Amino acid sequence: MRDFDYARAETRADATSHSGAGAQIIAGGTNLLDLMKLEVMSPDKVVDINRLDLHKITPTDEGGLRIGALVSNSDVAAHETVRRDYEVLSRALLSGATGQLRNKATTGGNLLQRTRCPYFYDTAMPCNKRVPGTGCQAKEGFNRILAILGTSEHCIATHPSDMAVAMMALGAVVEIENAEGETRNVPLDDFYCLPGDRPDVESVLEPGDLITAVVLPEPLDGTHIYRKVRDRSSYAFALVSVAAVIHVVDGRIATAALAFGGLAPKPWRNAEVEQALIGNAPSDDLFGKAADILLADAKGYGANDFKIPLARRTLKAVLRQATETAQ
Amino acid sequence: MTLKTTLTINGKDRVVDADPRTSLLDALRHHLDLTGTKKGCDHGQCGACTVIVNGRRINSCLTLACMHDGDEITTIEGLGTPEQMSAMQDAFVRHDGFQCGYCTAGQICSATAMLDEARDGWPSNVSDTLDGDVTLSEAEISERMSGNLCRCSAYPGIVNAIRDVAEGGSK
Repeated sequence: MRDFDYARAETRADATSHSGAGAQIIAGGTNLLDLMKLEVMSPDKVVDINRLDLHKITPTDEGGLRIGALVSNSDVAAHETVRRDYEVLSRALLSGATGQLRNKATTGGNLLQRTRCPYFYDTAMPCNKRVPGTGCQAKEGFNRILAILGTSEHCIATHPSDMAVAMMALGAVVEIENAEGETRNVPLDDFYCLPGDRPDVESVLEPGDLITAVVLPEPLDGTHIYRKVRDRSSYAFALVSVAAVIHVVDGRIATAALAFGGLAPKPWRNAEVEQALIGNAPSDDLFGKAADILLADAKGYGANDFKIPLARRTLKAVLRQATETAQ
Repeated sequence: MTLKTTLTINGKDRVVDADPRTSLLDALRHHLDLTGTKKGCDHGQCGACTVIVNGRRINSCLTLACMHDGDEITTIEGLGTPEQMSAMQDAFVRHDGFQCGYCTAGQICSATAMLDEARDGWPSNVSDTLDGDVTLSEAEISERMSGNLCRCSAYPGIVNAIRDVAEGGSK
């Protein structure tokens, strides 16, 4: 690990003023320290924000829930209101990592975890995300776990989070404070950037920005499902995952919220898929049409071609399960 | 540059004066001579380094010692001694919950804190419902312990040891 200056932030202003270019905020550190040991990331300065008062989950005036950026993944998953009203989020969190990691990993950090693309991790390899302009060998290489949607010629990495997929389906908003002390609220769908020609830029965060919370809107009615398909049944990243909240009223799908993991450089949401379902009676035909829309622009890179049929089947299975329980 | 960090380890205040890069694991092993905690992968994948910080199990390899100033840390040395083992240590011995023993300190720290999580009603990925009514079946224990690998594959003994303590209600 390269040497760095360590700064402990006692206030939010401390954190934002310290965290300019070249600095890295550390919260749980479970992903950052792993990457620093491998020298995939080598910040000049590490700003420890664990003393900040961002450890609470509180109800909002709008009937939603504000999750402080430092609340651990375990505490979110086990929180009574999350378990009762946002089951898909508890389920997504519990499907990820291990007990030890969930105890340390935080809400803000989980949003910002980096891809597990093997070329990003291997400093002997070119990678446009790690060193912009060096190229991407994943496209013709070991890409079994990589993306089929939202990719560019410069990067086909996937976002690894389960939590963020559920939050995407729930319509979460990221609360960000900048060095001037101003707060802005960014819907999660606008928070992440697609790789385009700058795969190193993964979110709209600017130097000096601090994620202070994730805000969930009012709970969604319906059946909550998080289905994760992976190589082994525990402690593995998703090959394909689907977060779904589907509400059936009088035999028709009244509302549908869907987001997908393992398919794209960001948690993937496509409103057209949901629109195709809403107002219709559940049927295998309808679910197939929804999958057609989701995968219309899907592109495999060889070893990950299987994700296209796998995503189709997983989506259909989730829709079947969600609508059968509701009827 | 070094940083002074005060850690309460197994009930005693200990001061570490170390490079900020020092992981909590290396602080325990190399600065404080507490070598019961083991380094396996050093990347949070094997769980051999599991310790209990402020009541919760974590991977001590994936955190910096300087981030834990003032924290309460329990290591395997704090759970029991060869003469006076904790219920979990005793159960691991009785159920053959190890072969080479390298992962064992991490397994025992992890299992000890895992029982508290279950007692607090935390669900797991294999729980049918999220209502907090946790019965520690074999499937539940396996899922909750998936962050601790055992290359000797003593898993049946490990699961039996944990079940024994969970059902005995003592710890």
